[in-house]
Amino acid sequence: MLRKKECVAMLLAGGQGSRLYALTNNIAKPAVAFGAKYRIIDFPLSNCINSGIDTVGVLTQYEPLELNEYIGNGQPWDLDRAFGGVHILSPYQAKKKQSWFEGTANAIYQNMHFMKKYNPDYILILSGDHIYKMNYAKMLRAHKETGADCTIAAIEVPLSEASRFGILNTNPDGSIYQFEEKPKAPKSNLASMGIYIFTAKKLFKYLEEDDANPASSKDFGKDVLPAMLNAGEKMFSYRFHGYWKDVGTISSLWESNMDLLGRDPGFDVGDHDWKIHSRNPLAPPEYLGPTAVIDNSMIALGCEVEGTVEHSVLASNVVVEEGAVVRDAVLMAGTVVKRGAIVEYCVIDENVIIEEGAHVGEPKEAGAGIAVLGRNITIAAGAKVKGGVILDKDYKGE
Amino acid sequence: MAHSTVGVIFSNVHDENIPELSRHRTMASVPFGGRYRLIDFALSNMVNSGITTVGIVTKNNYQSLIDHLGSGKEWDLARKDGGIILLPPYSDETDKPYTTRLEALMSITGFLNHRKEDYVVISDCDGIAHIDIADIVRFHEEKGADITMVYHEEKIPCESSYFITLEPDRRSGRVKGLKINPGDLRKGKKYDLYVNIMVMSREFLVDTIRDAVTRGFSSFGRDILTKNVDTLKIYGYNFKGYYAGVNSMEDYYRHSMELLDRKVRDELFGERDIYTKVRDSAPSKYLEGAVVRNTLVSDGCEIEGTVENCILFRGVKVGKGSVIRNSVIMQDTVIGENVSLDCVITDKNVVIRDRRTLAGCAELPYFISKGRML
Repeated sequence: MLRKKECVAMLLAGGQGSRLYALTNNIAKPAVAFGAKYRIIDFPLSNCINSGIDTVGVLTQYEPLELNEYIGNGQPWDLDRAFGGVHILSPYQAKKKQSWFEGTANAIYQNMHFMKKYNPDYILILSGDHIYKMNYAKMLRAHKETGADCTIAAIEVPLSEASRFGILNTNPDGSIYQFEEKPKAPKSNLASMGIYIFTAKKLFKYLEEDDANPASSKDFGKDVLPAMLNAGEKMFSYRFHGYWKDVGTISSLWESNMDLLGRDPGFDVGDHDWKIHSRNPLAPPEYLGPTAVIDNSMIALGCEVEGTVEHSVLASNVVVEEGAVVRDAVLMAGTVVKRGAIVEYCVIDENVIIEEGAHVGEPKEAGAGIAVLGRNITIAAGAKVKGGVILDKDYKGE
Repeated sequence: MAHSTVGVIFSNVHDENIPELSRHRTMASVPFGGRYRLIDFALSNMVNSGITTVGIVTKNNYQSLIDHLGSGKEWDLARKDGGIILLPPYSDETDKPYTTRLEALMSITGFLNHRKEDYVVISDCDGIAHIDIADIVRFHEEKGADITMVYHEEKIPCESSYFITLEPDRRSGRVKGLKINPGDLRKGKKYDLYVNIMVMSREFLVDTIRDAVTRGFSSFGRDILTKNVDTLKIYGYNFKGYYAGVNSMEDYYRHSMELLDRKVRDELFGERDIYTKVRDSAPSKYLEGAVVRNTLVSDGCEIEGTVENCILFRGVKVGKGSVIRNSVIMQDTVIGENVSLDCVITDKNVVIRDRRTLAGCAELPYFISKGRML
């Protein structure tokens, strides 16, 4: 019997995430830290394994080193498999082809041999930009039931924001009659989540045609999906109800972190029925000292808190010294907030040192926006970093 | 390490020290320090010293240990050659499973014979310390010792426990006298206590076991160590760092609380990693109204009440209005609302319903066994 996988997932993780500014100077967006111990890519990878999909190609291009190292052999997600498992697919040179991935469709096209090795019936296309929990097996079932050639996961968004998304215009049975990429005057508020299931043969056919078309920008949303629709292929929407957030901007990344807090959080990462797997930090339990004051926060292993932490998310090995205040902040691993420093309404990347008495950010109510500090920098004692400022170098104050 | 070393860990000896916690598990798999099991310290010491093969001698109730160790990958001990090798009790038609350490060693001679390493380090799981095994082996080589026994100078915490005291020559380290469970130990006085870690060459160990079998010896301590203290080159390696021996529930509690001291934490966790099983828990959540002071908290906890001077293991829930002080709360314990606990140790999966009040004292912490619902 021919060995095969019914469904192979292809995860587009090549994006730069330029709207995350200093946070993606040296790493790809899917490798950005989230929720005290996770990285964005943990969510689609966990969704895959929890949905029974154990073969995943991760397409990387921009700053792939840290992402590659993080994924490793896939063991943390139970994706180290004898047949299948997770594989990093980087651009490569061959005798008769270009090297870099040119668009989302081209990236998949260039890895056709990888998918074909598993002789799949279906291909699931994912992106590494979103925080959500989704059972792809249910979507696959719907794809089979409708007999679709392509099924696009869709979620209702506020109409005012609809022009930021690919919008699906559908018939009552869920079939798609029109696909509009970021329309100025959206006809519906049903947004594509960038999650597609294709019947494999159809996908391969359209990817080959797309590659041969010099006018194509080689993008799923702009080229492949419209081409399939124009050719009369059966395309269905699959309604998703639940939490789904694009964390491609500083403010959405901040908000999404804050959505984890509280007794009934907007998004629950502690769900035992849908575990989010990740590469775990090796650290002892966090220690909260005699002077610690803590309110509505999430704190990861290895932290040492002697100061005040309110409405914040602290990743592993963060230190908050006595008299320091951390409020409305996202602090990534290894950052140190020294005595008397104040850190508020900000996102601070890994291993940043906030020296004594420094002040980073302004209260949320001040309206100056979220301050952002890139990794491995030092904010000098007493220095003030205004709200909304983005820094990726050491700062000594004005 | 100049020469290679294989590790042997005894998972079951000393179970009787803390019967409450070892009723359903080996001493090795007794939970400690929020997210660890006692064996994690012995294993991590070995791994951090470059040891890649560890035989684990088991006897009773080792299901929880197997569950904890898995393939050994968390300790980087899932290896093609070596790694973690479980050594379950062996008995043939005539023999019963081992009752002494020497009999246990006899039953693992097959394992020892098949290894290629020059040295063997034998460790129990009753101690929590950061010990550089490579340094002990170096010492052993330099001294040309037959046996190197690691000791720690300390006041003994209780008079009833089973101890081995050494009388090492301060300058040379040569052990001149060795007493097993001496009757004259006085509480609070300092002794050189053997910490149940010893190094021998593999060849010496195998020869010694073979010799002991032919002579019908049964006790490693009495028949081999004490009888030959003059003829064998037994050396004492003085370990000067933090050492926490678990000889009783009182010890267990006291050493747990010592983890709240930064110096102790820095020494145990500071310069290297302690490996343990990964559970993929979410980071801990502190809800509105939570007050948490001088406490170690592991992942997966959700705290809404007040927690002071405590060790919380993974997945512990503390409800609104509850006040938990001076307690060790193990994995997945659920504490309801308006509960008051002081000097309590809960084993795994305990449920304490709303408005219960329980208290022990530091000398006799109140213990609630695994899975109990109150």
